[in-house]
Amino acid sequence: MSASLERGIHALKEQVDSTVAAFFSSCVHCGMCADACLFYTETGEPERTPINKTEPLRRIWKSEYTLFGRIGKMLGLAKKVDEKLLADWETLVYDSCTLCGRCSMVCPVGNDIALMIRKTREGMAAAGHAPEGLIGATTRAVTIGSPMGVKWPALQAQISHVEKDTGLKVPVDVVGAEYMLLLSSMEIMNFPEFIEAITKIFSKAGVSWTISSEAFEATNSGIQIGVNDIAAELVQRIVDAAEKLKVKTVISPECGHAYMAIRWEGPNLVGKPFTFKVRHILEILDEFRKDGRLKITGKETQKLTYHDPCQISRRGGVINEPRNLIDLFSDNFVEMPDNGKMNWCCGAGGGVSSNERADEIRLKVFQRKKDQLDAIKPDAIVSACSNCRIHLEDGLEEYGMDIPLMSLTETLAEHLADD
Amino acid sequence: MSEIEFLSWIRGPGFQIATVILVAGVVIRVMEILLLGRKANLAEAKGSEMSSGLRTIVTRSIPDSSTFKRSTFTIVAGYIFHIGLFVTILFYAPHILLIKDIIGFGWPSMPTQIVDALTVVSIIALLAILAHRFTNKVLRYLTNTEDLLVWFVTIAPLVTGYMAFHRIGMTASTMLGIHILSVELLMVMLPFTKLMHAFTLFIARWYNGAISGYRGVQS
Repeated sequence: MSASLERGIHALKEQVDSTVAAFFSSCVHCGMCADACLFYTETGEPERTPINKTEPLRRIWKSEYTLFGRIGKMLGLAKKVDEKLLADWETLVYDSCTLCGRCSMVCPVGNDIALMIRKTREGMAAAGHAPEGLIGATTRAVTIGSPMGVKWPALQAQISHVEKDTGLKVPVDVVGAEYMLLLSSMEIMNFPEFIEAITKIFSKAGVSWTISSEAFEATNSGIQIGVNDIAAELVQRIVDAAEKLKVKTVISPECGHAYMAIRWEGPNLVGKPFTFKVRHILEILDEFRKDGRLKITGKETQKLTYHDPCQISRRGGVINEPRNLIDLFSDNFVEMPDNGKMNWCCGAGGGVSSNERADEIRLKVFQRKKDQLDAIKPDAIVSACSNCRIHLEDGLEEYGMDIPLMSLTETLAEHLADD
Repeated sequence: MSEIEFLSWIRGPGFQIATVILVAGVVIRVMEILLLGRKANLAEAKGSEMSSGLRTIVTRSIPDSSTFKRSTFTIVAGYIFHIGLFVTILFYAPHILLIKDIIGFGWPSMPTQIVDALTVVSIIALLAILAHRFTNKVLRYLTNTEDLLVWFVTIAPLVTGYMAFHRIGMTASTMLGIHILSVELLMVMLPFTKLMHAFTLFIARWYNGAISGYRGVQS
């Protein structure tokens, strides 16, 4: 189906439910969400106020789902959703929001504004007002199986490297394994060390695991661009593979939105509960820690801090696990001001990094992260999302800061004790 | 219409009409929200929706320290006039007598001097809030006619109440009539404007807490 204004309006209507109605009914225009959003605080541009980004959805709610709004519409008083509005809002909805959800934690009346913006994207995409970069990534995800165009042979090549370097076997398509590992294209192409780390840790922990050659991609461009049908199709591929291999748990890798997609949106997208569990890699590693299956030796002496990926911490609920794990190899850990569920986004989540048009603004709003880092001056930053990691490295370079980035999983693997 | 006729209409039929519009309007608005419903969450829960939702209804009144630093004026001024409205409406002796007349029971009042002082402080806070709306660039961008109208119907009962109590301007009964009229205006406007947040805020906060709590995060 091709995109059109009608489809956009229809998609927006489908997004209105009791949560959206309660949220819009409660907004008092206090402006506090602006103070919670790095796209406002670092630019000072009032149109980037989070609640303003939901204007297309608000108009549909008001004119279609409120008695007084419907009367207004009959009298010709309703503000319409038209091509111009959607065109004007495209950069606000996609380039100026990472769906980080900090505004949702601050709104005094309790509006989950990030959810409202996520829903607004459904209408924008259906009406053909999504950014080129995201459309490209989504098309590649559907046709090739990866937003970066990574195919199975590429992963296969990385797997053979890992097997050669470690002398360990990377299990592929093993039926009945306990865990099925997903990977992000970013990890396959830029951080194959992650695969090596998992291989070492899982081998030491003595657990059965596997990678599926049919569904290894964890990321989901569908939820970033806001097309639930595509998001569901991508989730279904993972569900099919997990059921075929009869695994107990699917592991989401070091990627923020992948976790949101498969853990929290997944079952709702495909319309039925999963027959397997979904866990983030940090949750699995923390379980290993609790069970005594993770033997760690040696401490990092440098001052470490942890960057909370929004979709894993604030929106995902994995907040204590990384801290428990860092404690295993660090005695010199410092929190940034505003950490955990109140952390500031790196500036490139929610599809912003796939959208070249947003390159300038994502680096501009990185100033917020810089200020957070300047307050504690760490020697290195640990994180658990390869998208955050790439953008943090970009931002640090842009601002002339020399702070190395560390993957939590990879650092743990480096500290594995030999038995 | 004489002064007495005006006052008795305002206190009688006028008040009844305003009450009916307020109650019916609020019921319609709340029902049209709740009847929309929402889909059941099929993902495996990490925490409780109910308890997190209820907790957020309470905790969202207290901003975290970093938010307080960033939005100090909005929070402080907002708190002042909300407390002012709460106390003047519910703890001013004549108001309690009126409530007792309607519902059959009352409660102890606060000393008039305190209510009087809070009225003045609230008026000042609301004036400052209006000034802030026009000077802060985010607020200037967001502000629409409804925001100004709502500001007016919120400050009007405070100002007219203060004038009636201190017998400023017109005769006492006319001033009292105008004061009650301003309250009726507020009541009539409430279901049609963002004043509805007085009711829907509990629904919104509950959903916020529930959505987040389901994923194991207290919002």
